[in-house]
Amino acid sequence: MQRLATRPAFDVERVRKDFPILEGRVWCKPLVYLDNAATSQKPRAVLEALDRFYREHNSNVHRGVHWLSAAATKDYEGARDKVRAWIHAADRAEIVFTRGTTEAINLVARSFARPRLKRGDEILVTGMEHHSNIVPWQLVCEETGAKLRVVPIDDRGQLLFDEKLLTPRTRLFAFVHVSNALGTVNPAQELVRLARARGVPTLVDGAQAMPHLRVDVQALGCDFYAFSGHKVFGPTGIGVLYGRKALLDEMPPYQGGGEMIRRVTFEKTTWNDAPYRFEAGTPDIAGAVGLGAALDYLSTLDWDALHAHEQALLARATGALSALKGLRIIGTAREKSALVTFAMDRVHPHDIGQILDQEGVAVRTGHHCAQPVMDRFQVPATARASFAFYNTLAEADALVAALSKVRELFP
Amino acid sequence: MSDELRELYQELILDHNRKPRNRRAMTDATADADGFNPLCGDKVHVFVKLEGDRIADVSFDGQGCAISTASASLMTTALKGKTLEEAREIFDRFHAMVTGEPGAPIPEEKLGKLAVFQGVCEFPVRVKCATLAWHTLKAAIDRTSGQVSTE
Repeated sequence: MQRLATRPAFDVERVRKDFPILEGRVWCKPLVYLDNAATSQKPRAVLEALDRFYREHNSNVHRGVHWLSAAATKDYEGARDKVRAWIHAADRAEIVFTRGTTEAINLVARSFARPRLKRGDEILVTGMEHHSNIVPWQLVCEETGAKLRVVPIDDRGQLLFDEKLLTPRTRLFAFVHVSNALGTVNPAQELVRLARARGVPTLVDGAQAMPHLRVDVQALGCDFYAFSGHKVFGPTGIGVLYGRKALLDEMPPYQGGGEMIRRVTFEKTTWNDAPYRFEAGTPDIAGAVGLGAALDYLSTLDWDALHAHEQALLARATGALSALKGLRIIGTAREKSALVTFAMDRVHPHDIGQILDQEGVAVRTGHHCAQPVMDRFQVPATARASFAFYNTLAEADALVAALSKVRELFP
Repeated sequence: MSDELRELYQELILDHNRKPRNRRAMTDATADADGFNPLCGDKVHVFVKLEGDRIADVSFDGQGCAISTASASLMTTALKGKTLEEAREIFDRFHAMVTGEPGAPIPEEKLGKLAVFQGVCEFPVRVKCATLAWHTLKAAIDRTSGQVSTE
């Protein structure tokens, strides 16, 4: 009798070959790249797609009647279809290309929130937001007299959500799906459900979720979902705002210029439909093509195996770092992505980062653009090792070995 | 451990990081200023007591990395008793050293113990750490108002 096949393990050595930069060395040591939450490395498929676009199809989109313009338009709109399919949006018109998560959130702040906000209204965010999901709201609050309210977090870095925070004055609940500073995976679907039950629209910052989770915006039920191309193994300069079509259709433009108009006269200009209404000027065409190539690449991976591999990396790093004396892990949520933020007694994170770098280990040090999180845990800064699926258990061990060098200098 | 790293984290620097000299608020300061490095969040407050144009006392307060803490500490020991003109000259030489070419000759007779920061020039991102306290002191004695930033 044939036995049921067990799931094959994630073949990390095979996928590493797809990322040329990972073969590199720094300071004569093999590169151990553990700064994936800042930006991810790019597979060859993305590099080749960018190169091919510029060599073979480069032209402006939605303009010329010539062959190249049609080819570039097909590439660009094809990338939009790939994004729609990857995040399971209902309609391609719900995919707006932006420069990144930050611009996507600013777009919603300007075009969705700003016209609706009145004095005394509230925007709800959480205590673990990146600055990009705090400052745009503060700006519109300042202009309108609306107030920013914050969901507190517990000592493990988990939300202390209370439905009372959703008041009759709440006009939007904007929250991070996966925390860049703590690794916490928030119960996005449940949070959206609670907000919707009160008629509160939701924006989910998915910048750190997209590299680790399969996201289905319709299952989540959110109104807006924002992410960056460069964190999902695509190029910098391109990002996505998913917006529910009914909302996008009602929103005024974000920026004025070419592409976003239907008819311009000096008396009156009428807007193009979404998503083009929000894509003023020549977009990052090659960036979109590169992002499409990244999503194509990701679709070839076994995501259940990928997730198990990442969780094994997290467990290995967490276990080894917890055993180090004088090291404190910040962010110990039950549900975490593969990221470990930590502080060490008697050593400033900047010195940790410097010594690790000399060992070839790249980590982020600082406040991670999440100063309220640093304040909450009463640390001025931390070190953060963030993993991607192409990292190996041996690299997690290399991090631990490099930390022993830190202790040599700072006993 | 790499030679560059040993060069950066010299024993004298590690010692001043562990036991910073003159880390205390000064109640009778005649000048003081705040310094901030937004890159790493380091904050320093520098106090100076001038008697005429002589630095009678100088101290600092704040938290930072080993390089910035040791730099602030060694700065205070180097400048106590110096005239403002001497202090400015030392600052200029110090600044030239940490932003200079690796291996360039260092006027050790002028810099004294401060020459220990020579290794910083190998690590451009750490120049701000090494100079934060100095820029802050300069702001204090130049009576610049507001907060100093390394940016």
